[in-house]
Amino acid sequence: MTVTTVSIRPRLPRLSRPSALAVIGILIAAFLMMFLILPVIQVIYVAFLDPRSGALTLDNFSDFFASPLFRESFWNSLYVAAMSVVFATLIALPLAYLTTRFDFAGSAVIQSLGIIPLIMPPFVGAVAMQLLFGRNGTVNLLLNDWFGFKIPFMEGLNGVIFVESIHYFPFILINLSASLRNIDRSMEEAAQNLGASGMRLFRRIVFPLAMPGYIAGAALVFIKVFDDLGTPLMLNVKAMLAPQAYMRITGVGINDPMGYVISFILIAFSVLSLWLSFLVMRGRDYATVQKGGGGLARRQLSPWERVAAWVVILVILGLVLAPHIGLMLLSFGTIWSFSPLPDAFTLKHYGTVFSQAGQYITNTLLYAGGAALIDILIGTAVAYIVLRTGLPGRRWLDYLSTAALAVPGVVLGIGYLRMFHGVHLPGVGPLASWWVMIMIALAIRRLPYALRACMAALQQVSLSLEEAAENLGASKARSIRRIVVPLMTGGILAGFVTSFATAAVELSATIMLVSGERDAPLSYGIYLFMQSPSGRGAGAALGIIAVIIVALATYISQRVIERDSHLRGARPTGSH
Amino acid sequence: MNEQSVGIRIEDLHLSFGDTKVLTGIDMEIRAGEFFAFLGPSGSGKSTLLRAIAGFGPAPRGRILIGGRDVAGLPPWKRDVGMVFQSYALWPHLSVRRNVAFGLEERRVPRRQIGPKVEAALDLVGLLPLADRMPSQLSGGQQQRVALARTVAIEPKVLLLDEPLSNLDAGLRVQTRRELLALQRKLGLTTIFVTHDQEEANTTSDRMAVLDAGVIQQIGTPQALYDRPVNRFVARFLGTANILQGEGTREGFRLPGGATLALTAPPGPRDIVLRPQAIRIGPVEPASRDRLPGVVRHREFLGSQVRYFVDAADTQLVVDTLHIATRPMLEPGAAVSLAVDPEAVVVLEESGGRAPI
Repeated sequence: MTVTTVSIRPRLPRLSRPSALAVIGILIAAFLMMFLILPVIQVIYVAFLDPRSGALTLDNFSDFFASPLFRESFWNSLYVAAMSVVFATLIALPLAYLTTRFDFAGSAVIQSLGIIPLIMPPFVGAVAMQLLFGRNGTVNLLLNDWFGFKIPFMEGLNGVIFVESIHYFPFILINLSASLRNIDRSMEEAAQNLGASGMRLFRRIVFPLAMPGYIAGAALVFIKVFDDLGTPLMLNVKAMLAPQAYMRITGVGINDPMGYVISFILIAFSVLSLWLSFLVMRGRDYATVQKGGGGLARRQLSPWERVAAWVVILVILGLVLAPHIGLMLLSFGTIWSFSPLPDAFTLKHYGTVFSQAGQYITNTLLYAGGAALIDILIGTAVAYIVLRTGLPGRRWLDYLSTAALAVPGVVLGIGYLRMFHGVHLPGVGPLASWWVMIMIALAIRRLPYALRACMAALQQVSLSLEEAAENLGASKARSIRRIVVPLMTGGILAGFVTSFATAAVELSATIMLVSGERDAPLSYGIYLFMQSPSGRGAGAALGIIAVIIVALATYISQRVIERDSHLRGARPTGSH
Repeated sequence: MNEQSVGIRIEDLHLSFGDTKVLTGIDMEIRAGEFFAFLGPSGSGKSTLLRAIAGFGPAPRGRILIGGRDVAGLPPWKRDVGMVFQSYALWPHLSVRRNVAFGLEERRVPRRQIGPKVEAALDLVGLLPLADRMPSQLSGGQQQRVALARTVAIEPKVLLLDEPLSNLDAGLRVQTRRELLALQRKLGLTTIFVTHDQEEANTTSDRMAVLDAGVIQQIGTPQALYDRPVNRFVARFLGTANILQGEGTREGFRLPGGATLALTAPPGPRDIVLRPQAIRIGPVEPASRDRLPGVVRHREFLGSQVRYFVDAADTQLVVDTLHIATRPMLEPGAAVSLAVDPEAVVVLEESGGRAPI
């Protein structure tokens, strides 16, 4: 999930009608300006604005750091993000090393471990985790009965760290495994040939070479946790930056400068960590410059090592599945309090959901579907313009589309509220609370991922296939429509489904923009239900429905990608 | 650097990847200080054999003696053989100097001695001025020399080179192979060089082993292998060869089409090898012993030589002649007469067995 700009330099095709593509490019740029750049600039600007006089000032920042609550929130957010990286590393490192370095039957389990947490955002399972690991949750009740002590898994910030790290460790696992897998085997063999072995070999050669992948994953985990709004809200942890921003804007009002100061800090840290990981990785993308036999040499595990490996994997598997199991129990349970398991089981929560909460599901399908559609349309056009044309400024289109990576959802939401506040559209009403805004916010947030998918798909289509069509008389537009887009279909579809799945459970921008229950999607519905103990069962049922939708979408996109690469494999003209 | 070079002896070595046999019954002896080439097409097992000597890949059956010590059971880091990888395998996160120092550090060489040894090794390959660069800042040829310096710095007993020239461009390849040879002579290191390029093997090695399908076909000096190949594979792999099927008779060797060459061959069906330059092409003369009538079908101008494809003896023969500016070339369709020097004919043994060394 690293952001690599594609460096294929095509010879510039002579466009007979460059205007059509240029117009599309300009329209996209205008859209991104309107819904990404301007709102963010607005937020930053207001952070430096004196709310009374309207002059530029740094007073808001001194006010912020003068407040003990904000200082505490700031340090708490940093601490939680850093500790989540530490714990995510502790989980991911042994798994990555096991799969890449050993011949181990559990590797398949580890591969799926990497996907399971990603299909459910952390806030959905947070309450369930409280019931499993909280002070009077299942695990602590049992520990207390058997051994007479409790472990404060979920106390205060611990709970946020715990929930976030078991959800986001896959980012480290995936990136680190990819790096380890890409290390040329001869790198390791050369070290052995010169006398290194065992831990020394790992410390001096293997780990440094895998460093770029690790940093990329760790930076992603840091940003995700630092920006996350849903999880602390669910766990009732208020003294962190994102919840404070949310509460100031929704509680004190749209003109309160503190929400903007916090937004500025969130953006600054996102940009900073992306920039740091870029600095560390610059000139160190080792994997791509190496050639020769791929992958580390695999070793057999001894029987004892195999037992130890399975124990590690099963413990981690238990942790990873805990939110899902907890959510399942919660959704089928009657009353679950001060007991290891619910008192009895029932289907009434699902009944409640289908009778009362149907609009959440239809809204989600509408918003996420619309967002994903916008994403692939923009993604395909930008990919084509960047990779296949010589239009001036085409790189900027890429940068603009990717910039959303550094913008937390809360900030985007605040930006929309501020920018479209008081704008009335005839027939629609106030623009800021129009449901289409939610859809656009979701599209903007998922665009970077959709764009990468489209670019990857386009790179699979050799330029000569397009040239052959033109040579046989097809115009530029016709060869794009008849040759390029059909060949990209698999990749575009995968991009659509990924965007859809992640947008379906987005909460941070959504929660800022939802104006009423009638317009709310699933994620907001879960949040509402989970607010009261009596609504938890229904909230959990809604969560299970969300998980099923996302899991289904993820499964479909996997199948599409597999089928597509299968078809591609059969074709002799592989172009890379 | 190495006062005492050692020989290598491989005895009855077998190796398989799962159920696939990759090396079968390898027996050879490489003398101390020798520059020895493993030559063969891709998939012949030559790299696998080299890697087995270094201790990489699946464990083989058989013995590998280096200086009299059987290393077959040792892990790679205890074998004392230096290997230069085809991809060079320079560690991208370490500078040139630290790449070269690595092996010395792993061998617990006292810190005071490491610096001078690293500089000596870099000096040997002429790269001392670039010691503080990162590998990515070097050209392909320079990277290859760093890989070489890194390997000789540990003063290994033998030096293994896995297709060291294959990632260089053509001009650099010729220069580098001369430098490699000069360096090997200077160090006196027993060296094995894996290549699929017969010209590389011919120009560098003292002796070579030709491998095909995991079996050694023949071992000998480049000249011996070219002049006296034991089977069709060796004859074809080392240069262009006309291979004719015929029959040994009392009068000589009878070719299909009727002509008989004056050479002694054991009776019965046999293959013979005729190198293109061992056939003289000339105007039609009355057919006689050692002369074959033929018709030129096609001509290739190669610069120093002209290559003719001539239909004769029920097959097509390749004939090379020196190109001389004043001599007119033969046109396709021309009837010609081919003369064969019986001395230059190699009679192959029936099967692809090994020749005496």
